[in-house]
Amino acid sequence: MPLRTEEMLLNIGPHHPSTHGVFRVVVKVDGERITGAKSVLGYLHRGTEKICEDLNYTQIIPYSDRLDYLAGMLNNYAVVHSVETLMGIEVPERAEYLRIISMEFSRICSHLVWWGTFVLDLGATTPFVWAFRDREIIMQLLNELSGARMTFNYMRVGGVKWDAPEGWLAKIAEFIPEMRKKLKDYHTLVTNNEIFVKRIEGIGVYDAEKAIDYGITGPNLRGCGMDADLRKLQSYSAYDRFDFEVAVGKDGTIKDRYNVRMKEIETSLNIIEQAVKNIPEGEIMCNVPKLIRPKEGEVYTRLESSKGELGVHLVSKGKDKPYRIHFRRPSFINLQILEELLIGKTVADIPPILGAIDIVVGEVDG
Amino acid sequence: MTDENVPSYNQPLLDSYVELINTKISEKTIVESYINEDNFHLPTLIVDPKEWLALANLLRDDEEFAFNYLMNLSGVDYIEYMEVIYHLYSYKRNQYLAVKVKTERDGGSLPSVIDVWRAADWQEREAYDLLGINFTGREITRILMPDDWVGHPLRKDYVFPEEEV
Repeated sequence: MPLRTEEMLLNIGPHHPSTHGVFRVVVKVDGERITGAKSVLGYLHRGTEKICEDLNYTQIIPYSDRLDYLAGMLNNYAVVHSVETLMGIEVPERAEYLRIISMEFSRICSHLVWWGTFVLDLGATTPFVWAFRDREIIMQLLNELSGARMTFNYMRVGGVKWDAPEGWLAKIAEFIPEMRKKLKDYHTLVTNNEIFVKRIEGIGVYDAEKAIDYGITGPNLRGCGMDADLRKLQSYSAYDRFDFEVAVGKDGTIKDRYNVRMKEIETSLNIIEQAVKNIPEGEIMCNVPKLIRPKEGEVYTRLESSKGELGVHLVSKGKDKPYRIHFRRPSFINLQILEELLIGKTVADIPPILGAIDIVVGEVDG
Repeated sequence: MTDENVPSYNQPLLDSYVELINTKISEKTIVESYINEDNFHLPTLIVDPKEWLALANLLRDDEEFAFNYLMNLSGVDYIEYMEVIYHLYSYKRNQYLAVKVKTERDGGSLPSVIDVWRAADWQEREAYDLLGINFTGREITRILMPDDWVGHPLRKDYVFPEEEV
């Protein structure tokens, strides 16, 4: 006689901010199998877009730090990039190089946190400690540059706030080979570990066509074999002066995305190395009025953040405050596919599937 | 600095889009078309909401458009009307397009495009949640604000609720 089973609703989360942020998914389970899933979000919604309508452009920059708080420099750039585009500002070369160094450091930080926590979710504690140990060194470097570990408020419309302190670039040059050695250790510890590889096999897979339909970008898209990196595709800042390769996966599996992110840490190190070598002397700010008033008009600008396409839709009425500013947040858009990926899988598969998408809830909720 | 009298390098592209849409759908589809020179010379269309769904399908499926990726959807409250702007990108052709659709501020609605681009799903919910723009042809619920929230915070006439002490 077959066992009679019945469907059950199970709430996963909402969890505490010190984990990945407060996010809840309601799953319908039949035994261990998931038959339906619904994401519930907004627990960390702070109304950033509403707040920004009451702030002038320089005041908006620190708020952007709090979107994806693991990669603040990238968010800083998103804001200044949109305003500079609308105003047609040429930023001094040295400032662009400092921006690129700090943005790539932010990308590495974000990928390190992802690597540590993702493997932690699967039960390995050592990588987490390693990742946070090495991330701390980078945050110290960024602290010396900007005065903050995570909430940098470093960039300004027209340049950056501070020049590199004395000896800072030499410190970076020393750090890069060390970090490369550590990356090797990471690979030895996790990448080809059989338990790890088997654990993420056959779950969370999607192809490029589906990814594009869902609007997925970043490593989540490149893992499907799409060579789509905005640093190349719609080059911004001074990236066209750098020689680097775009990491691309093949089959859209979790392992593909893992490989892309690990490879991107190397790429970022290469970019930083070139930047430190070739950084020109000169100004770090161009001449902009104290109170920034972009002309009437609207722009949509985008950049490759650590999670994907970070876009800003800015509508200006010629005032010192934006009429409307909208953040196209990659974590928010990438998360949509979760409901579909969970169906047919087991409850124990939720952490790796969710983890592999790489979200920061501050950015999901805005 | 751009010279007002010199047409943008994207003008021929925009003209070809307009002609294609006029023949394939109807001449009433496009209300206005222009190049947004501030935004990397972005071709921009303002579209009749009644024709928007048909156009969205054409933009995605027709080989001459092939806009398979909806980059961004955002709503703006212009006080006299509500506007939703769709930023599109074609991976195949490496081209950009912006489409604007207007609707009435109160009681107006736009056809949902989630069947054209899945990416629109949460973004439409966000626009509904924060601006009160309604999308038809789908179930629409709040996404960021609590379900029992009153009002839509990004509307220009939004009144903040009094905080209880």
